[in-house]
Amino acid sequence: MDATVEVATRRIRFERQPDGWVTRLFDYKPFLVFLCLLPTIGLLVVFLTYPLGLGIWLSLTDTTIGQPGHFIGLDNFRDLMDDPVFWMSVTNTIFYTVVATIGKFALGLWLALLLNHHIPWKAFIRAIVLLPWIVPTVLSAIAWWWIYSPQFSIVSYIVVDVLHLRSTYINFLGTPWPARWSLIVANIWRGIPFVAITLLAGLQTISPSLYEAALLDGATGWQRFRRITVPLLMPILAVALTLSVLFTFSDFQLVYAITRGGPFNTTHLMATLAFQRAIPGAQLGEGAAIAVSMIPFLIFATLLCFFGVGRRKWQQGEAND
Amino acid sequence: MTEAFLPDSPLEVEAVAGRSIDVPERLSWDSGLRRTVTVYIPLALFVIILLFPFYWMGITAFKPDYEMYDYKKYNPFWIHSPTLHNIEVLLFQTEYPRWLMTTMGIAVAATFLSVTSSVLAAYAIERLRFRGAQHFGLAIYLAYLVPPSILFIPLATLIYQFGLFDNPVALILTYPTFLIPFCTWLLIGYFKSIPYELEECALIDGASRLQILRRITLPLAVPGLISAGIFAFTLSWNEFIYALAFIQSTDKKTVPVAILTELVTGDVYQWGSLMAGSLLGSVPVALIYSFFVEYYVSSMTGAVKE
Repeated sequence: MDATVEVATRRIRFERQPDGWVTRLFDYKPFLVFLCLLPTIGLLVVFLTYPLGLGIWLSLTDTTIGQPGHFIGLDNFRDLMDDPVFWMSVTNTIFYTVVATIGKFALGLWLALLLNHHIPWKAFIRAIVLLPWIVPTVLSAIAWWWIYSPQFSIVSYIVVDVLHLRSTYINFLGTPWPARWSLIVANIWRGIPFVAITLLAGLQTISPSLYEAALLDGATGWQRFRRITVPLLMPILAVALTLSVLFTFSDFQLVYAITRGGPFNTTHLMATLAFQRAIPGAQLGEGAAIAVSMIPFLIFATLLCFFGVGRRKWQQGEAND
Repeated sequence: MTEAFLPDSPLEVEAVAGRSIDVPERLSWDSGLRRTVTVYIPLALFVIILLFPFYWMGITAFKPDYEMYDYKKYNPFWIHSPTLHNIEVLLFQTEYPRWLMTTMGIAVAATFLSVTSSVLAAYAIERLRFRGAQHFGLAIYLAYLVPPSILFIPLATLIYQFGLFDNPVALILTYPTFLIPFCTWLLIGYFKSIPYELEECALIDGASRLQILRRITLPLAVPGLISAGIFAFTLSWNEFIYALAFIQSTDKKTVPVAILTELVTGDVYQWGSLMAGSLLGSVPVALIYSFFVEYYVSSMTGAVKE
């Protein structure tokens, strides 16, 4: 708050301007509000709200690239119902979201608890831990792709040639289940820092006196965690969980970079399948239908996370920045 | 797990002795072997696993091909004869410098547009206190929850109708859809922390609303502006799906898209230049990050808390 004091003590002189109509217009509050909100509303309505509606409309048409479509009702959705690739993408997406979220939050919470100890170079460790989250996803995904290479995988090298646990190199991305797990591992790796740093911020707001009191009352480590840490962490956990589930469910980059839905369309998420059908496949209507099918899942997941986990209001008051 | 290693852990003693255990004993115990096993070793493992892909990316970028593909003869974890060949290929035989410039330009323009709009919107919501400001703030927050992967198909047709297909301007205009909601929420938080009394004083002194914004609120919100700016820049640099869908010509692609679509050719992957490209593409973001770590952390946690 140094800056506040500085401004408060340094007297700013405002020249009294002649009250022209422009000045009066800019002091007229409704006009000012309108002016301030104009760029935001303009951009969001044109490039977010309208496309959202347009997407729903497109999903009801047979539009292809270069050809305006006609209204065909629910035909796209009916086709998708009979499409095994679509259903596989749905189950893949749900599996991917559930497993990756559990992994991210379990490991992220653990890392946050570790970082909450008094350790040397804490700020530095916190800074480098965030790196996977800062570096563009596609670029780190390419590194994972190289790690998962069938012939030159470093993981295979360690398992086969250093530890002698297997005799052949692992075919990470060549068969469906290993490929799915490989994607999940990469997603967890990328998600841990976000979870850890946000939960760490939550942990740091918990007063140490609560733990001291519990310790004096003879609470065990687990009891302290269960009865103090968890409840006080819930509000921030709910928000982090909502965001994480939402972005994992709609993930595109990681899968597109590492497997592109392969082998044989078995690792497609709904987002990558929508892209494949709409842009390279030119079937905009069908792609839009897949994208629109994500909306109910997203709404359900958001409500579940937000109301299931975080009923309590954030309890730290106003000044928590 | 620790308890299995160390049978005399205080937890068991405590179970027997009830509440008689005293605090200093626990504290001294805490700083010993137990601490190494429960804190330092897991922490070291976390750091190694989280950083390994970058190490591997970096080391591959500087390896000559014969080392890269022969683990028997050369230890893969080290470079025996480092080479700049991969980076040279990238800089002089591909359009990589151009992709970097394009990405930079798009990121800077989208950031500027978003931060400007967000400052005005956040100021209006938090300070001008018009009727419905709360609902408006909520609507912006909901906009943040709309993922780009359900928007890119209709946006592609929209961009095409506007005649912006294959034009970087399309990206500058669409990135704010996810940047503005984030920045606005961040800045609302910052404006909240600035005492309203300062503005009231200025109002009494005869300042106009715009003068107040420019000379009082904005100077005090500089940390918030930096947070919003670097965050928006990072998110723009990371963006992939819009850039993949809206841009077609090689020379207008952004770095992430170009690496994946231009450097991956045929069935034999040039891992050396792929890794060099990924490394170089990460450098600008990593540099900015290293200068502004604290802002990143505060904006990340600030946005979640709001």
